[in-house]
Amino acid sequence: MNHNYQKDISGCGLSGLISRSKKRIPGEVIIKSICPMKDRGNGLGAGFAAYGIYPDYSDYYAFHIMYDHGTAKDIAESFIEANYEIAKQERIPHKKTENIVYHPMLYRYFVKPKDKRPDSQFAELEGDDFVVRTVMNINSSIEGAYVFSSGKNMGAFKGVGFPSEIAEFYMLEDYAGYIWTAHNRFPTNTPGWWGGAHPFTLLDWSIVHNGEISSYGINKRYLEMFGYSCTLLTDTEVVAYLFDLMVRKHGISFNIACKALAAPFWKDIDALPEEEREAYTWLRMVYGSALLNGPFAILFGHSNGLIGLNDRIKLRPLVCAENGDMVYMASEESAIREICPKPERVWYPRAGEPVIVNLNSDEKN
Amino acid sequence: MRKSYLIPEFRVEIDHTRCRRCKRCIMNCSYEALSFSDRVVADHFKCVACHRCIVFCPENVITVRKNPVDFKESFNWTNRHRLDIWKQAETGGIPLTGMGNDLPYQIIWDHLVLDACQVTNPSIDPLREPMELRTYLGKKPDSLQFEETADGKIKLKEKPPKNIKLEMPVVFSPMSYGSISLNAHKAMAMTAKEMGIVMHTGEGGLHKDLYDYSDYMIVQCASGRFGVHAEYLKRGIAVDIKIGQGAKPGIGGHLPGEKVGLDISKTRMIPIGTDALSPAPHHDIYSIEDLRQLIYAIKEATNYKPVSVKIATVHNVAAIVSGIVRAGADIVYLDGFRGGTGASPKIVRDHVGIPLELALAAVDDRLREEGIRNQASIIAAGSIRSSADAIKAIALGADAVAIGTAALVAIGCRVCQTCHMGKCAWGIATQRPELARRLDPEIAAERLINMLKAWKFEIKEVLGSLGLNAIESLRGSRERLRGIGLDAQTLDILGVKPAGK
Repeated sequence: MNHNYQKDISGCGLSGLISRSKKRIPGEVIIKSICPMKDRGNGLGAGFAAYGIYPDYSDYYAFHIMYDHGTAKDIAESFIEANYEIAKQERIPHKKTENIVYHPMLYRYFVKPKDKRPDSQFAELEGDDFVVRTVMNINSSIEGAYVFSSGKNMGAFKGVGFPSEIAEFYMLEDYAGYIWTAHNRFPTNTPGWWGGAHPFTLLDWSIVHNGEISSYGINKRYLEMFGYSCTLLTDTEVVAYLFDLMVRKHGISFNIACKALAAPFWKDIDALPEEEREAYTWLRMVYGSALLNGPFAILFGHSNGLIGLNDRIKLRPLVCAENGDMVYMASEESAIREICPKPERVWYPRAGEPVIVNLNSDEKN
Repeated sequence: MRKSYLIPEFRVEIDHTRCRRCKRCIMNCSYEALSFSDRVVADHFKCVACHRCIVFCPENVITVRKNPVDFKESFNWTNRHRLDIWKQAETGGIPLTGMGNDLPYQIIWDHLVLDACQVTNPSIDPLREPMELRTYLGKKPDSLQFEETADGKIKLKEKPPKNIKLEMPVVFSPMSYGSISLNAHKAMAMTAKEMGIVMHTGEGGLHKDLYDYSDYMIVQCASGRFGVHAEYLKRGIAVDIKIGQGAKPGIGGHLPGEKVGLDISKTRMIPIGTDALSPAPHHDIYSIEDLRQLIYAIKEATNYKPVSVKIATVHNVAAIVSGIVRAGADIVYLDGFRGGTGASPKIVRDHVGIPLELALAAVDDRLREEGIRNQASIIAAGSIRSSADAIKAIALGADAVAIGTAALVAIGCRVCQTCHMGKCAWGIATQRPELARRLDPEIAAERLINMLKAWKFEIKEVLGSLGLNAIESLRGSRERLRGIGLDAQTLDILGVKPAGK
């Protein structure tokens, strides 16, 4: 299976949780949450992202790579060996299950960019930028190789199957993390394939998404101006890259980035006091091509927190709950009550209003 | 007088059994094709099919038909070629014409179709949901810096450059006072104010009667510098430097002296009755560096209002636009080879330049490849005939479209292509007072507003069908277009997949 498919369009179910005090939650909790939403998928894709799972290698980028064949592995590994110090490399632990018989070769590498790197094109780039280029380079130029996770102390685990099957396949009950997200996929117009499952990640950013980005075409072209290649041809991919561009490269806050992705309507902007009106007007003017149009509910994980965001007319469900240290976000309340039967607070975020939860902080909307 | 070998293009037929001989048709025929001799009689040679007589005949007894005279058939020697040769053989001059290129080149807009939502991305009903067409023209920074307060309020750290706000992505094309009447200008000015859009003055300056509308005016600095003075530049919300025109790339303009009456003389700052010649080149611009100097001179003179540069679409348009943007232009106005005009040599109008669709796609691609697409907005112009053309232009990469002929058609123009004669029976492309007063600016504005409202509804409906509620999500989103009957290379330049893929 390769990436030369048209972009896919998804239905999907989401679940995510975060312990603000960085208490590590075992994988079985998120598995228990996502599995009841079986009807939100059709067995053609599921995945998980977990933060805090590699404390022993927290200074290293954890590359999770899928290979379709040995040649792809050889080419990718020779590039990585030449440009990165490798602390550890291994097969991603997995086991044969009843329904997952065919799968790509799955490897992970804990790496740091070398000080002197032979990659002539991007050798001058700093750590994160070089990793971004590496991901783009491998995904677009090495046929049959896909980096599906590249952050520090975090990892994505995904594939073709129902969530229960993917969790069993990767043995996720063996991991524990302080942020988890999960996805159950319902692609409707393309076959599911391993690279096309959610989450989509870049560095520490990970996205699970329910919906369709109707503005994909211009979001993709906009990102290309800044050197991002959308190789996975799946609309969700652009969301991860847009966050990377706005937050990491342009230095704007998560809150403002969310207001660019799900922008307030002009009628609401026009009603603001002058300074704010000007700020929001320019946010739309400059980041109009980053506006995510169409229906979506996304969970956006990063090394310091979890964000839930709906499209600006709320065409997809998203519910949140809070219980002590924990915040939960999911497509359905049942997914939350399955793992937290009596939350202190349950709420449905308004369209376009981000729910931002940070680690070690009470800050949230 | 020698006998002309030409034959009439049209035949005017009058049902005399029903004609009441009121002579209204004769009064309305500014081309003097009709006269009275016991009954209304027609000089078919003079008829241009402007339809004024038909529309104003109270009995509906007038018919204008294409003259059904047969020529010996030839695929190669079309009637058009024969007629042009006869005209040239009789006059020794270049045949002039008004309006746009009418040769049957493939119209690419008509070979592009749009996407629509079905199941997974719901279409949006614009009657019930917000649907946003607001557009800003001008330079945008690549990124922004904000300050945030503890209570979540945000403000900008730096003041960004000025932009032009449009409530829909349509502007009126530059059509000078001179090429069209003051009443036509007034109608567009009133419409621009009502619809929250802008008009261009064209190269003829700004009549004092329109100063009240200057918040809705882009003023123009063309090679002739007619009407260009400090007050004029400051009044506009932006200044357009006209380099080229789609209907006549590489050709200057000419307003005959007989059209230069007192008002035009004052507005253009030229003596009454003198020809107003605007040469093809600006005599202070012979290089991109010169253009840059003029752009910054105008910015200095106007406290850094947006500066637009208008060019005709030609083969190397992408590289030219890259240079223009790097020279500091905030807006690039691309005028395609089907664009209209008051007067152009037919040979230039019909055979010079390239289609807007290809130029637009190439320019948008090039600016993106160079990472400078944010630095200038693109206005696409040159025969935007409908909201469908506008939508497709935006999907190809335009920020907004400009309409000239479409606006004139809304107020009565029949595209008879004789603007250069100055006899426009509808009072649009004329300076003759008895004709110009036929155009009531308020009625014309009402018609323009209606047309733009209709386009606005249509654009919203299509956006809704695409599952989009903001025009910026369509801008440059070629993924939502597909080509039918276009060759692979054209599709490649357009960046559009064939239908079925």
